[in-house]
Amino acid sequence: MLEIKNLSYRVDAEEGDVNILRDVSLTVEDKKFVVVTGPNGGGKTSLARAIMGIYPPTGGSIFWNGEEITHLSVTERAQRGISYGFQQPPRFKGMKVRDLLNVAAGEEMNHDRACGFLTKVGLCARDYIDRDVDASLSGGEVKRIEIATVLARKSELMIFDEPEAGIDLWSFARLTDTFKEIHDKKEATILIISHQERILRLADEIILIANGAVAARGSVEEIYPKIIADTVTGCNRLEVDRIC
Amino acid sequence: MLNDIQKNILAIVADMKGTGEGAVNIRSDGQKAFRRNTEHIVIESKTDKDGIDIRIAPGTKDEAVHIPVVLTKGGFKDMVYNDFFVGEGADVTIVAGCGIHNCSDCDSQHDGIHTFYVGKNAKVKYIEKHYGEGEGEGKRILNPQTVLYLEEGACVTLETSQIRGVDDTKRYTKVECRGAGSEVIIRENLLTHGDQKAVSEMDVFLSGFDTKAQVISRSVAQDDSSQIFYPRVSGDNKCFGHVQCDAIIMGGAKVRAIPEISCNHVDASLIHEAAIGRIAGEQILKLMTLGLSAEQAEQKILEGFLR
Repeated sequence: MLEIKNLSYRVDAEEGDVNILRDVSLTVEDKKFVVVTGPNGGGKTSLARAIMGIYPPTGGSIFWNGEEITHLSVTERAQRGISYGFQQPPRFKGMKVRDLLNVAAGEEMNHDRACGFLTKVGLCARDYIDRDVDASLSGGEVKRIEIATVLARKSELMIFDEPEAGIDLWSFARLTDTFKEIHDKKEATILIISHQERILRLADEIILIANGAVAARGSVEEIYPKIIADTVTGCNRLEVDRIC
Repeated sequence: MLNDIQKNILAIVADMKGTGEGAVNIRSDGQKAFRRNTEHIVIESKTDKDGIDIRIAPGTKDEAVHIPVVLTKGGFKDMVYNDFFVGEGADVTIVAGCGIHNCSDCDSQHDGIHTFYVGKNAKVKYIEKHYGEGEGEGKRILNPQTVLYLEEGACVTLETSQIRGVDDTKRYTKVECRGAGSEVIIRENLLTHGDQKAVSEMDVFLSGFDTKAQVISRSVAQDDSSQIFYPRVSGDNKCFGHVQCDAIIMGGAKVRAIPEISCNHVDASLIHEAAIGRIAGEQILKLMTLGLSAEQAEQKILEGFLR
């Protein structure tokens, strides 16, 4: 179980301190599918990165399976079963897709097993397994390889930061099927940052983050109409609250 | 015949176990240590200067020749001239690495001048690894010169790499794609550390009709080491050339890349790219999210980059 208690993250900016996350508290039960959504700049990615240990919180604490991990490194968190799919994954000149998947799995996988993870993200494994993860790949291809590395990790908690970004509709459908399969088989706890209705509708729970704080949380039935209402009226109440 | 140090170096620079297979010439501390010819590949000592002639018969297919050099005597200075005559239509792999083990306080140095005459439609893959080891204060110096003349339809792939431990190197590569349709691919990987210095110069002349050259230089400069690259490609006929220099810089290292392309014909098409930079923080973080430590992540990135 993931527990976040009064988490804050503040950065120094030219205009003074900016509170990116403000007193965020939430719990994600084991094997649940939770989607974090909300307006741009609201703090969703910062929350995900704070959980992974990439951003050091300035206050509060994070517990994973009962252990406080607030001050653990990214590596230590990864070794405890947390993984993170970057919104904009880096490229690696000279490193092959196979190498990256093997690092993720922590072992030299056989060909079929490595290719299986590419298939799960809608990539033709034969065409990609021996390619370099470099600029020769499109943004959408790199993104799907990124997601494949998270799947290969077989972590207890999988965090995906906007997995839909840059991915075509056909591949996206394959991807959502994969997320659903992981959830249905209870293979992992899934925390996804997303704005996509199709992903939102898979969630056990939706958490709305705005202005660095939890604005609302509840089931799809509870939260989704609120998002639609904001969209239809053209008034993002969460955003307005922040401006005020 | 070969001691453990020699065997270890041979494994590193030429992927050889003992004396390996196929045509072989092992040179150790300036002397012929082992030689084996095959039906199609004949190695002979030169009579006018130090070195060997390697004659590969026309049509030789899927054979390899290994000509590694090992220096283990501290302070030893070696200069050798090796000429390769690759017959028409041959398809071979040539492995020529050099390793220096220097435990003395005197500099050890190997200067190898390799000249290739590559016949019509012949295909050559040339692999050269350089490596240095030993605890002495004496430097390990390697100055290779590689000169290639390509006839019509010939294709040569050069894979050169400096693995570790070479204190000082001045590399010079010259390629003349004389024959129509000839092609050269040069992949140079270089790692320097400590206060090592490396200079790599290349001259590629695309004088034949419809010739091609691809130069890919990847280097990592660590600590206080320094590197300079001067890849020059000249297009004197209808041709295509691409020069790509990428370097990762770390610590207090310095890297200069000065690619030069000269078009002397209206149908010559030449491109160069050069990029020098540190390892991106996001790359390290990504690999850390996969369970590697920051140090392991850095090593993994460098391994891939220099592959």
